[in-house]
Amino acid sequence: MSETQVAQKSTTLFGKKERRLLTDPFNDNNPITVQVLGICSALAVTVAVKNALVMSVAVILVTGFSNLIISLLRNTIPNRVRMIVQLVVIASLVSIVEMVLHAFQYDVYKQMSVYIGLIITNCILMGRLEAFAMANKPWQSLLDGIGNGVGYGAILIAVAFFRELFGKGSVFGFRVLPDWYVPNGLMLIPAAAIFLIGIIIWIQRSRNTKLVDIS
Amino acid sequence: MEYINIFIKASFVENMVLSFFLGMCSFLAISKKVKTAVGLGAAVVFVLTMTVPINWLISNYLLSENGIFHTDLTFLKLIIYIAVIAAMVQLVEMVVERFSPALYSALGIFLPLITVNCSILGGALFMDSREYELGEAAVFGFGSGFGFFLAIVAIAAIREKLRYSNIPAPLRGLGIAFIITGLMGLAFMSFIGIKL
Repeated sequence: MSETQVAQKSTTLFGKKERRLLTDPFNDNNPITVQVLGICSALAVTVAVKNALVMSVAVILVTGFSNLIISLLRNTIPNRVRMIVQLVVIASLVSIVEMVLHAFQYDVYKQMSVYIGLIITNCILMGRLEAFAMANKPWQSLLDGIGNGVGYGAILIAVAFFRELFGKGSVFGFRVLPDWYVPNGLMLIPAAAIFLIGIIIWIQRSRNTKLVDIS
Repeated sequence: MEYINIFIKASFVENMVLSFFLGMCSFLAISKKVKTAVGLGAAVVFVLTMTVPINWLISNYLLSENGIFHTDLTFLKLIIYIAVIAAMVQLVEMVVERFSPALYSALGIFLPLITVNCSILGGALFMDSREYELGEAAVFGFGSGFGFFLAIVAIAAIREKLRYSNIPAPLRGLGIAFIITGLMGLAFMSFIGIKL
């Protein structure tokens, strides 16, 4: 008789805590600008907005599902081999994404080739698995994964937008700036992406002073 | 001569960190002191030199259609590569622990973290897409490791000096590290076109 009452507590799907899991990665806990994770594989794909969009969708899917799967398995994984288990889960998901892209978006796949595979070593994945999914319930982990993927994608698309706009004068491949604008080749070289992220960090930290690095 | 060319190309012209942005996470996280940067750089050189040729052998003799299984197994490529890398890193860790405890304690947590350093897997995937021979793959692995070493030691030295300069507060730490990385990338572009 008394057993039935216990499980009724805290089963809200979108409580305050769950919403914070989704929104935190946008600002206070952004994976790129605050946690400094996952810069590696991403910046080379930000030359055009379309590539950045595909990359973000791929990363959101992989973070969400890898968090979910690891969270479901978290009580059965022996501590000593957890890195290998996590890598295998991530690698399988990335292989699936790679095959789907190969089949349906071949031209994007050709341009990004190596970088799709490199999602595996995107530190966001391992970082979130270690920091969150190993210690939390599946639903929260899924939300955390999606939130971090979206926070990552937002920066990626912002960087890609400015690089394509000033580097080619276009957005999504359509010319938007008038003809007198001479495209600035500097924006197309990889270093520009790094500068842009540095500037985004600067803007974010001057608005949100609690993130400022004191040391 | 071909080998020297590949080495120069891998370590300077197409530097893993500064022109492809691979290995950025550890590059930014572990470049606060020159000493730790040297340790991490050396470990990356070693792991890259070992894993690229090993992955070459695997992809040519196990996974390709002409390999011993006579079937096209390339869809397993990513999983196998990352497993080889994880195994190699584990092996390196054990060897270093056994024969040089001093270096082991100096490297600490950075050794296992090399597994998720993008430049290692990136090395294997580039080796694949550029269709190198075995010897070329080995030289390429060593060259890209050396490039990573140079880059991380250089930025660590710059960041040590930067502690004494007057930077706007929001830009301090991470922000300025990004901008310096960008400037270093521009400097490394001057190597483009060098051939021996």
